[in-house]
Amino acid sequence: MTMLPKKTERKLGLVIDLDTCVGCHACVISCKGWNTENYGAPLSDERPYGADPTGTFLNRVHSYEVKIDGKESQLFHFPKSCLHCEDAPCVTVCPTGASYKRVEDGIVLVNEKDCIGCGLCAWACPYGARELDAAEGVMKKCTLCVDRIYNENLPEEDRVPACVRTCPSGARHFGDFSDPESQVSKISRERNGFDLMPEQATKPVNKYLPPRPKDTMKEVDVLAPFLAPVADEPEGFMAWLDKKLDKL
Amino acid sequence: MYPASSLIIFTSFSGIGFGLLFFLGVGLPAPKGMLALIFLLIANSLAVGGLFAATYHLRRPERALKAFTQWKTSWLSREAWFAVGALLFMAIYGIGLVFFGVAVGLVGMVGALLSIATVYSTSMIYGDLKTVPRWNTPLTPILFLVIALTGGSIIAGLGEITLILLLITAITQVAYWVKGDTAFAKSETTITSATGLGKEGIARLFSPPHTSSNYLLKEFVYIVGRKHVSKLRFASLAMMVGVPIALLSVSVNLWFSLVAVICHLVGVVISRWLFFSQAEHVVGIYYGHRSDC
Repeated sequence: MTMLPKKTERKLGLVIDLDTCVGCHACVISCKGWNTENYGAPLSDERPYGADPTGTFLNRVHSYEVKIDGKESQLFHFPKSCLHCEDAPCVTVCPTGASYKRVEDGIVLVNEKDCIGCGLCAWACPYGARELDAAEGVMKKCTLCVDRIYNENLPEEDRVPACVRTCPSGARHFGDFSDPESQVSKISRERNGFDLMPEQATKPVNKYLPPRPKDTMKEVDVLAPFLAPVADEPEGFMAWLDKKLDKL
Repeated sequence: MYPASSLIIFTSFSGIGFGLLFFLGVGLPAPKGMLALIFLLIANSLAVGGLFAATYHLRRPERALKAFTQWKTSWLSREAWFAVGALLFMAIYGIGLVFFGVAVGLVGMVGALLSIATVYSTSMIYGDLKTVPRWNTPLTPILFLVIALTGGSIIAGLGEITLILLLITAITQVAYWVKGDTAFAKSETTITSATGLGKEGIARLFSPPHTSSNYLLKEFVYIVGRKHVSKLRFASLAMMVGVPIALLSVSVNLWFSLVAVICHLVGVVISRWLFFSQAEHVVGIYYGHRSDC
């Protein structure tokens, strides 16, 4: 079971656009909501109303500042969840076969009934995409909303992962990367989609789109700063209004 | 990485236990009758006690038997098989020694090899992880094997072999520390490779995903105790190698050996505590640790 398939029939995954993500964390909340009520054990919280709350999340949004000399700092929001790697190191280390990569669509899943909660898969994942649920004692991870995308009880527009469905800025796209003509393949190609930590050789399916270069304001006229002001003192109607307002 | 006491006890004790089983298996020493029984009891209680401690690390130990299924890919699963195999062969070999006074050489040899394979599998659980640069080196399995054999040889009372192994332990341990100290910086993982940001200029964490801690931070970004590293390393080497060499050079009698073993074990436990607590996982980069990367 923990042998990785040589090839999957489809490669379902996400494209995350770092240019358009506004860092609202709506994907975090919709992910937690859907995955607490559906597939597998709920995503538990510890001391949710206490001073030191923690909980299990399958998707988290970090924010990074980029400073280039001579330019203003830029802020980027960075959502991170399981990348459904082709060479998923989390799968091969699993001693029980609870972790597996599906041949039909490439989704990496955990069979919670077989999980012994040893945590080794989370150690093997470079991205921090797996979290051991404190209440249930089993490993939780992004399922790519496997219970939504094939769910015929849902209207067709809802058959995408909850994070994609909820994103208000259109920063998340879902599709099949094995089809070169799919929307995700196309935008990934056009916008130079990249892998996270390529040196870890995990071959992630999910791609990230880099921020577009920041535009600069064009100068209207080189002489503009030297132009004399049109009016120092108001005249006519404006002068009258000025006077009246002063009196108020 | 979080230095879980269950894992420190497991790797230290079962390592020495299987090290002793290796020497008994190859006939160094080859005790018979009551003495053989005592040796086997010591070896088995260390090995099995360690394995038992490891199950405390599991959140769902009632499903532990499932860990025997994935030996094709998982070192943890292989370790389970090798451990059971080693204990089984050494039990048969032991019955021969204790009750019939015969050493069935072939059975002992197989048991010895399986004992070594168990320690090697344990070490490869860590050594195979690309995500922890400090562990991801051939020195990890070498260190685990050398320490297991050294501990085993002290109990087995092997005289000069023990002294040589103690020296090899010191060299391997120091080499592991020296190599480990630069391993993270030498790995290609940086905040830029992790996020794609900062190819021009400098990227840094502006705000973490949550205001409080989480599983990842507790498990992988453990930073307590790093400031005492050099003191702990000295203590570890002194206890693990220094004291046993001093004692065993004087005399190899029962009491000296007993004190040497206990000191050695204390040193191994400190070494293992450092092994875990000093190891940094690349996921820390996403949380702004390792700002130099």
